[in-house]
Amino acid sequence: MGEALPPVRADAARQAEVARALRAFLPARSVLWQEEDTRPYECDGLTAYRNLPMVVALPETGEQVQRILRTCHTLGAPVVPRGAGTGLSGGALPPGNGVLLSMAKFMRVLRVDPRARLAVVQPGVRNAAISDVVAPFGLYYAPDPSSQIACTIGGNVAENSGGVHCLKYGLTVHNVLRVRGYAMDGEELDLGSEALDAPGLDLLALMVGSEGMLAVATEITVKLLPKPLAARVVMASFDDVEKAGNAVAAVIGAGIIPAGLEMMDKPATRAVEEFVGAGYDLEAAAILLCESDGIPEEVEEEIARVKAVLERAGATRLTVSRDESERLKFWSGRKAAFPAVGRISPDYYCMDGTIPRKRLGEVLNFIGAMEKKYALRCPNVFHAGDGNLHPLILFDANDADQLRRTEEFAAEVLEKCVEVGGTITGEHGVGVEKINQMCAQFSDDELAAFHAVKHAFDPRGLLNPGKAVPTLARCTEFGRRHVRAGAAAHAGLPRF
Amino acid sequence: MLTEFRERIRDAAARKVPLRLRGGGSKDFYGGALAGEILDTRSHAGIVSYEPTELVVTARCGTPLAQLEAALAERGQMLAFEPPHFGAGATLGGCVAAGLSGPRRAAAGAVRDFVLGARLLDAGARELAFGGQVMKNVAGYDVSRLLAGSLGVLGVILEVSLKVLPCPAAERTLRLELSEDTALDALNRWGGEPLPISASAWQGGTLAVRLSGAPSALLAAARRIGGEPLEAPQAERFWTGVREHADPFFAAAAPLWRLSVPSHAPRIELPGEQLIEWGGALRWLRTAADAAIVRSAAAQAGGHATLFRGGERGAGVFAPLAPALLRLHRSLKAAFDPAGIFNPGRLHPEF
Repeated sequence: MGEALPPVRADAARQAEVARALRAFLPARSVLWQEEDTRPYECDGLTAYRNLPMVVALPETGEQVQRILRTCHTLGAPVVPRGAGTGLSGGALPPGNGVLLSMAKFMRVLRVDPRARLAVVQPGVRNAAISDVVAPFGLYYAPDPSSQIACTIGGNVAENSGGVHCLKYGLTVHNVLRVRGYAMDGEELDLGSEALDAPGLDLLALMVGSEGMLAVATEITVKLLPKPLAARVVMASFDDVEKAGNAVAAVIGAGIIPAGLEMMDKPATRAVEEFVGAGYDLEAAAILLCESDGIPEEVEEEIARVKAVLERAGATRLTVSRDESERLKFWSGRKAAFPAVGRISPDYYCMDGTIPRKRLGEVLNFIGAMEKKYALRCPNVFHAGDGNLHPLILFDANDADQLRRTEEFAAEVLEKCVEVGGTITGEHGVGVEKINQMCAQFSDDELAAFHAVKHAFDPRGLLNPGKAVPTLARCTEFGRRHVRAGAAAHAGLPRF
Repeated sequence: MLTEFRERIRDAAARKVPLRLRGGGSKDFYGGALAGEILDTRSHAGIVSYEPTELVVTARCGTPLAQLEAALAERGQMLAFEPPHFGAGATLGGCVAAGLSGPRRAAAGAVRDFVLGARLLDAGARELAFGGQVMKNVAGYDVSRLLAGSLGVLGVILEVSLKVLPCPAAERTLRLELSEDTALDALNRWGGEPLPISASAWQGGTLAVRLSGAPSALLAAARRIGGEPLEAPQAERFWTGVREHADPFFAAAAPLWRLSVPSHAPRIELPGEQLIEWGGALRWLRTAADAAIVRSAAAQAGGHATLFRGGERGAGVFAPLAPALLRLHRSLKAAFDPAGIFNPGRLHPEF
């Protein structure tokens, strides 16, 4: 975790000035500034960081969004967009001297075109709601982050969210066709199209995962996929986490791209089993869940191949889901991992590094060593197919020393991810949380290039300022600098 | 090599002379003007790392595309976007810079969907690394995907990491005699069903559909689709012909247009011959019709038109950008190449 940004407080006169300017065209219900009304917006899913917004705006139309942005641009007031506030990196941490732009009222599905296999939705539509709406057509929206019942598609675009099926079906960037919205100066932008490409540079790819720093989306067109006819999951036990990691490589090496491939270690399965009773093997050092989908014959064929590979890789127990309810039961444990861990500890801190799969054993051993060093427990859940690791550090936030140890523990793990050729964030974003670790992953020149990209969209730096990309001065202050491969600490390490 | 590239860039920036970034030259025909002194990227070649179980390959820009594909094939893997080579000398750098994808694109994704990371030399001769070698990565803006299709205007793409996929266990091509309307209708209907269609091409009353996947899935899908199966070597030749524009359709003399439209767009009424790929989303058009007429028909269908080969290229080959997007393009260009030395005019007449 990075230390919180210094909260910049605006005085009452400035607050009144901005609120009045917005009230000139927004109804009273859409502009909040009294503390009792703005308090609910003080943080997102990363509750360790809180900041009271100066003003909260709740627009209902694209035109209102445009006018809010224009007004704030003229007044020089920062704007932070927010969806459902489920983000885990503090990307929607409000500005004490600006406007928190809640997109919560943009909840309409504007168009579903089953023949074109696309849906046009407003950014406040929940991820899972899209699949619900298009289910009667035999279609669904593929990216399924664990928070899918609550998180919004606008937030998914901001973070390039993945989920448990993204190895086969891709991330948000692979499943969004078009984003319409506004730049900070109120300029209308239309990125991508309903065709498979658009002329010029691929600004849509740049927009996805930009953490709300380049533009505000007001309309998103997503690609829909036909629902597979059948799906079955294999649950495999291993007596050693490294063996489980090697089994993942063996599945991929056999030319199989499973629909989902997840791993949980023993502490995680124990926490979960007590909570949901998914039928997990409590003696296993790690369990793998490997899903196959497609037409029934294809699924049978693939499941047989997966079983053979896992057996050869040393699985101590193999169970295949017999029907849909058993398949969902097997998954229920994985999907409930976070709340389950929440039951066994007052607080937990979720990390999001991605690593090359082959370094899994090494990274898990490192995490084990950190558990001893900081005297904190850390169960692991892992999107094994795509290398995205979610270690969950258990702590008690009321104990200042535990909080400090948690932060240091997490920082060491993220830097380890960079060292083995991975990244500090796979899908949760940098936000304010990992801003210091950006200094370890990128050089000054690279950070300067990111600032230049930001400047191209938002020259005055008013949209979600201070997030995602640290200033060079901040990196100097932080003291941990990026080391170019081959130059020093990790000589010979092939990494970007 | 990099030292030489850096010197060339510094020198060009100092003299304010443009550099024309070029690999094998197989795509010289594509895009806008070719201007400047050639910087040949072929000397910076080779596969840097390839880990089949990680599904990632990293290679330098000058690596011949054929060599890269051969290395993947040896391990039963492939570039799933099936990039067209358009010539024996095609390089990885050119493939990413051109951003062109082949027949499998509608099913598997485009070049940009498989780019995981890249190294770039900007106009200040600084080496910048974006993205990485892992599947999921949201640290920093996704500049590496932005490079796909950038035609070199942001800098020298030095090295690229790509996601690779296993080759399908089996493939099968079916041919059906169908009118254009019926073919478009069938393709869009099938697109909404869980069928393993990996390519489609309609031309002159015949629709070819390629299925890829487990043998059992192909059998079931073939029953659903119908038509006559094509022998494997013939099918291979056919799809290579579509991918590399070696098919007789592409041999005609009239200018070749590429119309990228929503797959469900109805038949586009324009003079000339059409070959339809990507389930309806890509329409190749051989026509002598006016550029304005072609562009307006593509726009009306919800897409855009590119003058792909031949024709009157002076007026710009790509669809014009909306004013707001043009301003963003200029600012992004200025961010990476303020002196405007890289491939001026290749992506847009203005920069």
